[in-house]
Amino acid sequence: MRGVFSREDRPPGSPRRFSRGDPSPRAPHGEDCPSPHIPLAPGGPPAGPAADPRGGSAPGAPALLRARGLVKVYRSGAVPVEAVRGVDIEVGVGEFVAIMGPSGSGKSTLLHVLGGLERATRGEIWLRGQRVDGLSAAAWAVLRRRHVGFVFQFFNLLSTMTVADNVELPALLAGASPRQARRRRAELLAELGMSAKADMAPSRLSGGEQQRVALARALANEPSLLLADEPTGNLDSASARDVLRLLRRAHAAGQTILMVTHDAKVAGLADRVISLFDGMIADDARVVPASRKATPVRDILELRG
Amino acid sequence: MRQPLLALLAKEPAHGYELKLALEQTFGQAYSSPNIGQIYVTLKRLEQDGLVRSQDVEQDSRPNKRVYELTPAGREELAAWVAEPTEGPRVRDEFFMKLILAPLAGLADRMELINSQRHHYFGIMRSLMDMQANMDNASPAARLLVEGAVLHLQADLDWLERCQEELV
Repeated sequence: MRGVFSREDRPPGSPRRFSRGDPSPRAPHGEDCPSPHIPLAPGGPPAGPAADPRGGSAPGAPALLRARGLVKVYRSGAVPVEAVRGVDIEVGVGEFVAIMGPSGSGKSTLLHVLGGLERATRGEIWLRGQRVDGLSAAAWAVLRRRHVGFVFQFFNLLSTMTVADNVELPALLAGASPRQARRRRAELLAELGMSAKADMAPSRLSGGEQQRVALARALANEPSLLLADEPTGNLDSASARDVLRLLRRAHAAGQTILMVTHDAKVAGLADRVISLFDGMIADDARVVPASRKATPVRDILELRG
Repeated sequence: MRQPLLALLAKEPAHGYELKLALEQTFGQAYSSPNIGQIYVTLKRLEQDGLVRSQDVEQDSRPNKRVYELTPAGREELAAWVAEPTEGPRVRDEFFMKLILAPLAGLADRMELINSQRHHYFGIMRSLMDMQANMDNASPAARLLVEGAVLHLQADLDWLERCQEELV
């Protein structure tokens, strides 16, 4: 049976990286994770320029999301604030990219601009090969419904609806039949361990549970891109670990993820980490596991006695 | 190495190989266990110091094995070790020395130093997270050891970010 995290629109011939019941798609001991060279999907986005000198998307992977020269200036106060100051970014199909950086470095603004929640002051954005920076708010809403899932720090579930309705709504809005929407909701809630809470109001759930529901909602329409803004920022450490584990599984199943986070553990799950500083990219690093011979724990914490 | 062996022997007498296995089972794959030679050398020294004593035990159709047990002096030493406060892990300051001093001599750029150190930490974090993903059946001690390493590494990354804010 197909895992609900698997992607129906995975390009033909691309290797399957996750199967149900396999909780650890990556090999232990820092073995390199499988990073397949996904062939260009028919009608898919154009391949970006060859590997970015600072990191960039995986060689051979087509860019799902591409932005050039992004600038975001807030002019609400007396002095204009440049939150994003000239960012070029590219995210390949199937990549998990983390954006890190100090508070106020422009991380969340960048994510919101890339997801169309805020309009860029300058710059170009391409999603699945389509130029999107000039879209109207309504056109963005339609695009997001089909292709972009969002997860926020404070969950943003609809408080007047049940858990089940929260998860079904995006599919219904996107034109799925009630039956399809119900089936997808049931699969997702089961996968995220939330079936028993389907009829509850979100306010009766813990933070970790609400975030799992939010993740189910974001994945309901099998979005090409999952954008996550500090998804573990408001969770205790055990719930944060659960949510990260689920994101790791979604990624292993082929989900493209762009996540803003303070949580350094995410650097251990992502393919790439972009460090933002003062609204600009200070570093863009592909994460390479420490060599197999290294003893990561002892390098940090030597048991003495 | 001395005190952990004394602690294991305080529980019950054992031979060298049993001690090695007990360490590995307790601390899991994250722990780089001492080789058997180190264990025998340490036991011999402990015996010379009067902290353990040993006797050969005959085995059917196999060479004798040497079984060690704790002496009263060994028990005292162990109690003193347990009672004394333990020094916390030291901050590894070698990178910080490089970061502060190398640019003064025009040997390196601070941003490059910070970035390459950060990449190194990311790689370790990745290995730790891979390890953690495979620890469902590990002992609590083994899991806590990896978690401790993750927390230290998080602090290292935070410090690096502070250095970047202040120095670059």
